[in-house]
Amino acid sequence: MIDWIIVLQAGVATGTVLLFATIGEILAERSGVMNLGVEGMMLIGAMTAYKTAVLIGQPWLGVLFAMVAAGALSLLHALVTISFQADQVVSGLATNFMGIGLSLVLGEGLSKAGTVALLPSYTVPLLSNIPVIGPIFFTNHSVMVYGGYLLTPAVWFYINRTRPGLHLRAVGEYPSAADALGINVYRLRYLYVFVGGVLAGLAGATISLAVSPGWFSELTTSGQGWIAIGLVIFAQWDPWRALAGAYMFGAVRRLILDLQGPQTLLGLANPFYYMPKLGFFLQMLPYALVILILFIGSREALRKRIGAPAALGTPYVRGERG
Amino acid sequence: MAMTETTATGFRLPFTLRVEPRLEAPRWLGAVTSAGALIVALVIGGGIIALAGGDPIRSYQHIFKAAFGSVGVLNDTLVKATPLILVGLACALAFRMRLWNIGAEGQFFLGAWGASAVVLIPLLPKTAPRPLMLLAMALAGFLCGALWAWLPGYLRARLNVNEVVTTLMMNYIAVSWVLYWVFGAWSEGGFQMSPVFPKNAWLPRLTDYAGAVEAFAGLTLHLGFLFGLIAAVLVWFILQRSRWGYEIRLIGDNPRAAHYAGVNMVRNTVLVMMLSGGLAGLAGMSEIAGVVHRLQGAISPGYGFTGIIIAWLAKLNPFAVVLVSILFGGLILAGREIQPSGVPRMLQGVILFCVIASDVLLRYRVRLVRRGAE
Amino acid sequence: MPEPVNAVEMHGIVKRFPGVLANDHVDFVLRQGEVHALLGENGAGKSTLMNILAGLYRPDQGTILVNGRRVHFNSPRDAIAAGIGMIHQHFMLVPSQTVTENIVLGLDTPRFFLRLAQLDRQILELQARYGLKVDPRAKIWQLSVGEQQRVEILKMLYRGARVLIMDEPTAVLTPQEVEELFVTLRDMVAGGHSIVFISHKLDEVLSIAHRITVLQHGRVTAAGLDAKSVTKRQLAQLMVGREVVFTVQKPPARRGEVVLSVEDVWADNDRGLPALKGLSLQVCSGEILGVAGVAGNGQSELAQVITGLRKCRRGRIVINGRDIANRSPAAAIAQQIAHVPEDRTGVGTAPTLSVADNLIMKSYRLPPISDGWVLNRPVIRQQAEKLKSDYDIIAPSVDVQARLLSGGNLQKAILAREMSAGPKLIVAVQPTRGLDVGAIEAVQQVLLNERSRGTAILLISEELDELMSLSDRIIVMYEGEIMGEVKPEETTLEQLGLMMAGQKLEQTAIGPATE
Repeated sequence: MIDWIIVLQAGVATGTVLLFATIGEILAERSGVMNLGVEGMMLIGAMTAYKTAVLIGQPWLGVLFAMVAAGALSLLHALVTISFQADQVVSGLATNFMGIGLSLVLGEGLSKAGTVALLPSYTVPLLSNIPVIGPIFFTNHSVMVYGGYLLTPAVWFYINRTRPGLHLRAVGEYPSAADALGINVYRLRYLYVFVGGVLAGLAGATISLAVSPGWFSELTTSGQGWIAIGLVIFAQWDPWRALAGAYMFGAVRRLILDLQGPQTLLGLANPFYYMPKLGFFLQMLPYALVILILFIGSREALRKRIGAPAALGTPYVRGERG
Repeated sequence: MAMTETTATGFRLPFTLRVEPRLEAPRWLGAVTSAGALIVALVIGGGIIALAGGDPIRSYQHIFKAAFGSVGVLNDTLVKATPLILVGLACALAFRMRLWNIGAEGQFFLGAWGASAVVLIPLLPKTAPRPLMLLAMALAGFLCGALWAWLPGYLRARLNVNEVVTTLMMNYIAVSWVLYWVFGAWSEGGFQMSPVFPKNAWLPRLTDYAGAVEAFAGLTLHLGFLFGLIAAVLVWFILQRSRWGYEIRLIGDNPRAAHYAGVNMVRNTVLVMMLSGGLAGLAGMSEIAGVVHRLQGAISPGYGFTGIIIAWLAKLNPFAVVLVSILFGGLILAGREIQPSGVPRMLQGVILFCVIASDVLLRYRVRLVRRGAE
Repeated sequence: MPEPVNAVEMHGIVKRFPGVLANDHVDFVLRQGEVHALLGENGAGKSTLMNILAGLYRPDQGTILVNGRRVHFNSPRDAIAAGIGMIHQHFMLVPSQTVTENIVLGLDTPRFFLRLAQLDRQILELQARYGLKVDPRAKIWQLSVGEQQRVEILKMLYRGARVLIMDEPTAVLTPQEVEELFVTLRDMVAGGHSIVFISHKLDEVLSIAHRITVLQHGRVTAAGLDAKSVTKRQLAQLMVGREVVFTVQKPPARRGEVVLSVEDVWADNDRGLPALKGLSLQVCSGEILGVAGVAGNGQSELAQVITGLRKCRRGRIVINGRDIANRSPAAAIAQQIAHVPEDRTGVGTAPTLSVADNLIMKSYRLPPISDGWVLNRPVIRQQAEKLKSDYDIIAPSVDVQARLLSGGNLQKAILAREMSAGPKLIVAVQPTRGLDVGAIEAVQQVLLNERSRGTAILLISEELDELMSLSDRIIVMYEGEIMGEVKPEETTLEQLGLMMAGQKLEQTAIGPATE
């Protein structure tokens, strides 16, 4: 039988990757810049973190370098879209190619590196004793998972209840108004695109040093960066909804593996056990789910008229007349 | 970090860079900036190769020789360019309407699958006449690609669902779908590939006519290349000379104006997406009927994504797509032997960055202004 | 006693934009405690000059003194720090944020945490001091235009602005709201603030300003005139550089049968709020029906519903005897409805397509422009050349991109396109907004010619003078309803103003409204 507690516990663990990437993208998009290069930035983060751990043996240094490397890549996107006003979709794709290509070039041979020091895991005393909640959220999780618990409320509070958060929202909704009040639109957009890159790097490091350790070239991220972009829309640019979505997708990923294990499922012969090739349909599931979620979300958005940040996708040009 | 129109105050140079919007760009400027961007990209890429421990000069020499050095390799380059032309046209067409079809890769796979289905299900007997067989395969490939693109197109048109994400998700689903077949029903002896197609399901190649023209011996360039050239002319004609193309250009330039002009946005979005998907699907058909001759998991080194770059580098001009595809065909061909293996991918990223960055020169004029004149 | 210092002095300001000299050695002096009107046509350089003073643009040449001290503004923040705040024509408010959030946006305090309850209280105190009431917790998109303007003023006062620049503040207000604004401005001036009032409306300028500076084509034609000693006619001459004819020659109407009949139409705006509430009207051939109203009272939605760009919830839109409600824009085009849209660049044209391509937007489906599937290039070119010369569109060739045309030429191109189809009905929305005098006359003449030709015309405008001189009948819209219908020769601006503020015609006809 499928142990749902384990599925959910693993969901929280792998969902943390998506959570970091999604929150990073939320911050970038809230400032008005869409960055489709999440996948590439995650990959470069994963590669850098793992390579650092292999070469220096310091996983925390790996996390730091991963964030810096992915952040640096995101600055390229920032330069091209903010300063050169290039199309954000195309530039995001370029970021993606760059990230994937660079990490393949620099990660050459890394997959045979052997075991390395990983990030530590903890079980929280007391909290882990709570039934259901305890094993899912507080037992034997990587330190990154607990980081996710802190990041989500912190980012929500930052966006909605602080002065820089207010500025962030203004820059993404109405940049010329923000500019007229002396808020440096360009600088803030650079900043949040960079933060988005840093968090994508953190997500990558979380994969290669905590959740599924190792370097498997492109398969390391296997499209999670794209799922994160879908999640941003599902989350309606809100960190709490991002948290829910990320954990749900994490659980789905685990469920796909677990579904192929047992011989019986709900008392019936498990088709996925007896016909392994059906597993390919299970592998489609997360991607199909993203489409389904966007579909449902769009109907809700049409009804409630929830929109993306108003200036999302449009470069800001100052001083032009009209 | 902040970029403003003039240099930062405080530090005073005798000259200052001034950036002004250009009112009108001369026609040749686009080609010049693209070429310039390409050169800059190669220099940057060389730097990265050097950093990674390679020898950039030798790498590039190798790429050039391995891509354009002789008739034989030129033939191979054109073979590689064939799917790129079709996929590049698919992207150029969709991008012209500002419809971001990032799913050409998946549509390519579905096209390959559809063409294979004609042979492997089989929809036509193995003994069917070759032209009929090939026509059926091309149609099946086109239709499967088009249908694969229908869903993202429909969701975009009706519900405003972001097509970038949906087309991308469809890529992953497409790969799983093809794998399901090559691992399962169509597997040859448990290997992850289908049996080789019968000869009448192969696109004719130049070498097939070596008996008549001796020089063709060994040249594997196949009929798919002609598909690409014809498609380029067709796409150009549609965009520049047809009523439908006018609607596409209008939507791409200003969707609100198109709506105001009575253009049916929903129908056009779905149709353009499907034609784009169909072209990518045809690329898939051409690749397996012209080169691979069987269905397997690894039929594309990311053609669908390279098509995006090609379309952009060609500034969405169908004829330029053909030229750029040949260039990239060479890069991919030669890149296969270059270590580390990520180099071509990375170069593509660098090139795309340089091209979009260079676009700023089309919109802005950069001038040196003497301080005193201010 | 210390010598009184001028609040602002600008000397020799030069500002170039590509192809335009927006300000050509402009001098401007604002005294302490005065309302100083900056008068000029659209494109005369008023807004540019004030954008420089507000720190949004940097001048190419020239010096600025605030309270006698030389300043260099690198950003609006610098200007605000020097006590100068600008209220733009398009409000610079973030729609999704609250009033309080908008007011504190961009300030150094609070440093980090937003204590919203405390800030709300501060804003209420400020409101009480200046008599500007608005709910601090409301989101901007929920407010009326007048309320949004109050938020803008509060925003500047909260920042301690002593000099307030107002860019065409009355354009979006009813005459009554304008009076309220003027009361506020007079109070503020009495309290020691100085105000620059940008406008092209002579009556308003004469009633509020102490002194007037006039700009024409980027140059000062009169500096610091005493408002008490000039006449409207003199000002107009300074603005335009020639005598202005204040009336348009209008031949008598030859009214025919009903062409358009709108019956009990209900429709929502973009936010899903009701914009048209059971509206009915008729337009006959050979007449111009003017629609007056303050911006945002459903006029745009009315035009969109008729031209098929917006769905309606209920009601019929009958043209040529056929109901086209909730059909497509293509159906409206097929019924020969021409539409001169409000937003010329955003809706009316495709900026990077050629002028020729822009001229076939409405006719590309039909022969001779297209022949089945294929466009007929030679005919397109020929027709474009003809329209270009007929309508005097100034462009290097019909192959240049539409974005390179000036506003007036763009509007002429749109008119040429819309009129070339021989329309039965023209829906013209703000057809002369933002144009120079020459272009305005050309546009108005085109509409009058069409009227003589027997076309039915629905003219939606915020320029009351234009409506009075062109229309055969005028209806006034307020919150999606019609307040009444009047004839221009039998009404007054005051009566129109009252209806624009929501009084029904019956209430205004009895006499002065009681409030």
